[in-house]
Amino acid sequence: MLNTIQAVATRPNARWWLSATAGLAFAATAAVQPAKAQDTIKIGILHSLSGTMAISETTLKDTMLYLIDEQNKKGGLLGKKLEAVVVDPASNWPLFAEKARELISKDKVAVVFGCWTSVSRKSVLPVFKELNSILFYPVQYEGEESERNVFYTGAAPNQQAIPAVDYLMSKDGGNVKRWVLAGTDYVYPRTTNKILEAYLKQKGVKQEDIMINYTPFGHSDWQTIVSDIKKFGSAGKKTAVVSTINGDANVPFYKELGNQGVKATDIPVVAFSVGEEELAGLDTKPLLGHLAAWNYFESIKTPANAAFIKNWQAFTKNPKRTTNDPMEAHVIGFAMWVKAVEKVKSTDPDKVIAALPGIEAPNLTGGMSKMLPNHHITKPVFVGEVRADGQFDVVWKSKGLVPGDAWSDYLPGSKDLESDWVTLKCGNYNKVTKKCGGAS
Amino acid sequence: MRASYDRIIAFVIALGLLVAGAGLAYAGPYEDALAGFTTDDFSDTADAVNAIAASGSPLAGPLIEALQEGRLSFSAKDKKVYIKTKNGALLDAATGKPAEGAAPDDIEAIRLNNRLRGVVDAAVGGLTLMASDPNRRYDAAQAVFKSRAADVLPALDKALAAETNVRVKKAMTEARAAIVLTAEDSSVADKIFAIAVIRDRGDQDALGLIDGLPADQPDAVHKAALAASGKIQSTLAIWSTVQNAWYGLSLGSVLLLAAIGLAITFGVMGVINMAHGEMVMIGAYTTFVVQEFIRTRNPALFDYSLAIAIPLAFLVAGSAGVVIERTIIRFLYGRPLETLLATWGLSLVLQQGVRTIFGPTNKDVGNPSWMSGAFDLGGITITYNRMWIIVFTGMVFVALLGMLRFTRLGLEMRAVTQNRAMAAAMGIRTARIDALTFGLGSGIAGIAGVALSQIDNVSPNLGQGYIIDSFMVVVFGGVGNLWGTLVGALTLGIANKFLEPFAGAVLGKIAILVFIILFIQKRPRGMFALKGRAVET
Repeated sequence: MLNTIQAVATRPNARWWLSATAGLAFAATAAVQPAKAQDTIKIGILHSLSGTMAISETTLKDTMLYLIDEQNKKGGLLGKKLEAVVVDPASNWPLFAEKARELISKDKVAVVFGCWTSVSRKSVLPVFKELNSILFYPVQYEGEESERNVFYTGAAPNQQAIPAVDYLMSKDGGNVKRWVLAGTDYVYPRTTNKILEAYLKQKGVKQEDIMINYTPFGHSDWQTIVSDIKKFGSAGKKTAVVSTINGDANVPFYKELGNQGVKATDIPVVAFSVGEEELAGLDTKPLLGHLAAWNYFESIKTPANAAFIKNWQAFTKNPKRTTNDPMEAHVIGFAMWVKAVEKVKSTDPDKVIAALPGIEAPNLTGGMSKMLPNHHITKPVFVGEVRADGQFDVVWKSKGLVPGDAWSDYLPGSKDLESDWVTLKCGNYNKVTKKCGGAS
Repeated sequence: MRASYDRIIAFVIALGLLVAGAGLAYAGPYEDALAGFTTDDFSDTADAVNAIAASGSPLAGPLIEALQEGRLSFSAKDKKVYIKTKNGALLDAATGKPAEGAAPDDIEAIRLNNRLRGVVDAAVGGLTLMASDPNRRYDAAQAVFKSRAADVLPALDKALAAETNVRVKKAMTEARAAIVLTAEDSSVADKIFAIAVIRDRGDQDALGLIDGLPADQPDAVHKAALAASGKIQSTLAIWSTVQNAWYGLSLGSVLLLAAIGLAITFGVMGVINMAHGEMVMIGAYTTFVVQEFIRTRNPALFDYSLAIAIPLAFLVAGSAGVVIERTIIRFLYGRPLETLLATWGLSLVLQQGVRTIFGPTNKDVGNPSWMSGAFDLGGITITYNRMWIIVFTGMVFVALLGMLRFTRLGLEMRAVTQNRAMAAAMGIRTARIDALTFGLGSGIAGIAGVALSQIDNVSPNLGQGYIIDSFMVVVFGGVGNLWGTLVGALTLGIANKFLEPFAGAVLGKIAILVFIILFIQKRPRGMFALKGRAVET
């Protein structure tokens, strides 16, 4: 390639042509660039569009484009149009940090919406701290973190995992006495299972009634594990599986469950990472009755949700496009950011970060979510059962909204910690040692 | 005259009473229970189901079946319940006759949760014990075994007396034993007899039932239970070894299927083909396209979708392979590093291409009916999809062996592999054979994609999950030898499945990798080394 360019460039005509085009292109960018920078507010979108995580994150990129488009239709923000800057970190964790740096220092974005996996979030944290910008993180995660520059709009464990387990222990959930905690082997399932194990033991569940199982990413041969679960579940006590199995491995897992005839009436599986989007790749008839816990389901009937689904499908020009929980988290997060910017009449990160706690924005299920001083939000919790059409039937919902707890009350290291960015100005204040700086 | 008049009046009154009596009977437990469905509350629905199952009304069976299948709806406004028949007509649940007038506008399906589904299954079990179809009677007996509802006992005894089918009779006897064993008022002798029946059933459910007995049993019962539990456990332990072997065979067949195309492109030709997984993916997407086409045009053909997809996947992936060989790989023969980089880049391009065309989300590739479900063989459960994949892998392997051994193309392929210069001197067009060999390997990868679409995600990342495993199998088995690939795949599959119960899936995988590293140190050419171009370079 290099050779051909040089070869072309040595011919006089071609050289003239090349330099002329280059000059033109330069002039064009130079003319457009400053004008554009003045009348738009840039919003960074940091979601993988290629690689393994593209399956989940592409939709979130589209959601952000939709939200920005809607806001611009309403006249933009502070009299300026919003402009999306989309980058592709390609499911590559170090690349997330690089792209975040690019968004903040080169593109000068006012705020970034992005990340899915916890490891990608951890990899961008230092960048956001160093360059002092804002990240909205939309996915349910393991908690045990609260940063000044990050706003967590997905569920903390107490807004998803704990209520789901409570439901299964109730009469309607089947009085479950025996638990399989199955997960993919990485930080979110490991931490969540640690919290759940501590919680279950506190509720009087014995060690021999808890089975913990981890599998590698993308595990596809579930025969042994499903038959182990069957074996564990036939010991005379009602058994349930709490699944933190990550995206891709779910389809073969559920297929094996269906084929081996594990019915939800015998051993229900409650999943924290399976939503409408994941079920789209599955025949859901054998899965009837298996459960998922989320803060949003597409099937929930509220005027706000109906309008959102309608506009979203019109925007994507796909009448079958599903919606899911992390999308709603972005809807709430974006609305909160807009309100905060309008309140302080500036996109300056320090001012917006100070203004965000206390801001309220409607969620799509009929409540008002509020940004808390610990940078997590209040959300309703729903437990849904899989229907034959791949949607969920809500069988339980929390009374009112549940405030997100950054530091779990059930882990020895974290139960003394508190996060408060308003009065304490600290993400990991130790209530025992009265110091900011985490566990002793 | 007067007397006859009185008699008529008396008759009319009597008739009236009779009708009123019938009317009263009409508003019996069944009709009362229906009201429980209109409150949209799970507990009320559960009570209603039990009351209806006990009512003895002829409508109870169809109604509960409709509930089980999601065909029962209610209108909160009119306090009425409706049954939707299978052909879409709306019946008034109270009378079983077609509903009068238009359906109310607030009509909604009655919701079920898992607890309710259990209640409904048990009720259906109690009601279908006398069904004419033996399979339904069998399912009913199994449902009763699970629910152990004592109030079904009279119905069960009646059904048992009338039963002639041996298999169903056995299931019913076991169900009866389960009820007797868990009932508090059964005599010690009855309980010991029940334990014997359940011990002979000998599966996980039986073990669960016996182990789950409350501790306050009489001594004799307790002893019998302990002995039975021990016996069942020892039988199950033997079966679990058989089961591990079967799972290993199944995993091995999947590994073989994924690796066999690579055994051609890498093993025979010596091309480090990192895009092999993407050929598998192309095969899986071909299956998706075929199924999508069938779903929209001719759903009746769905069970044949895989048969149609197999040749198509071979052609699509095979021609992709030929194009890749002609445009990229032929310039890189003898330069393994460049081949590795080029094919790896190609794999990324193919992945992103598929992502752009089909979207990043998983595609729903359905199992045809003959590949869904499972059957029990002794103490193990065999799923149909895994079984057919093993059969299919065997067929592909034999066909490929035969092709290499008995056809002219196979002969030329072997000739070119073993001695290119000599083969060329004999008039074989080596470039053409290279392209065809690569196409064959890719085509077989495509066929593997059809099978893997049945057990795995159909997503752009499908191939990535198999590329490492495929290389592992080919290198372990011995580069350039199909039999080596077969033995390698089965060894790894079975070793993995016997390790998994002890070490867990994550450690099991690591252990296998460590084992292969050590093995390759000792025998760098794998289990079965062959001479060929791969050796010369």
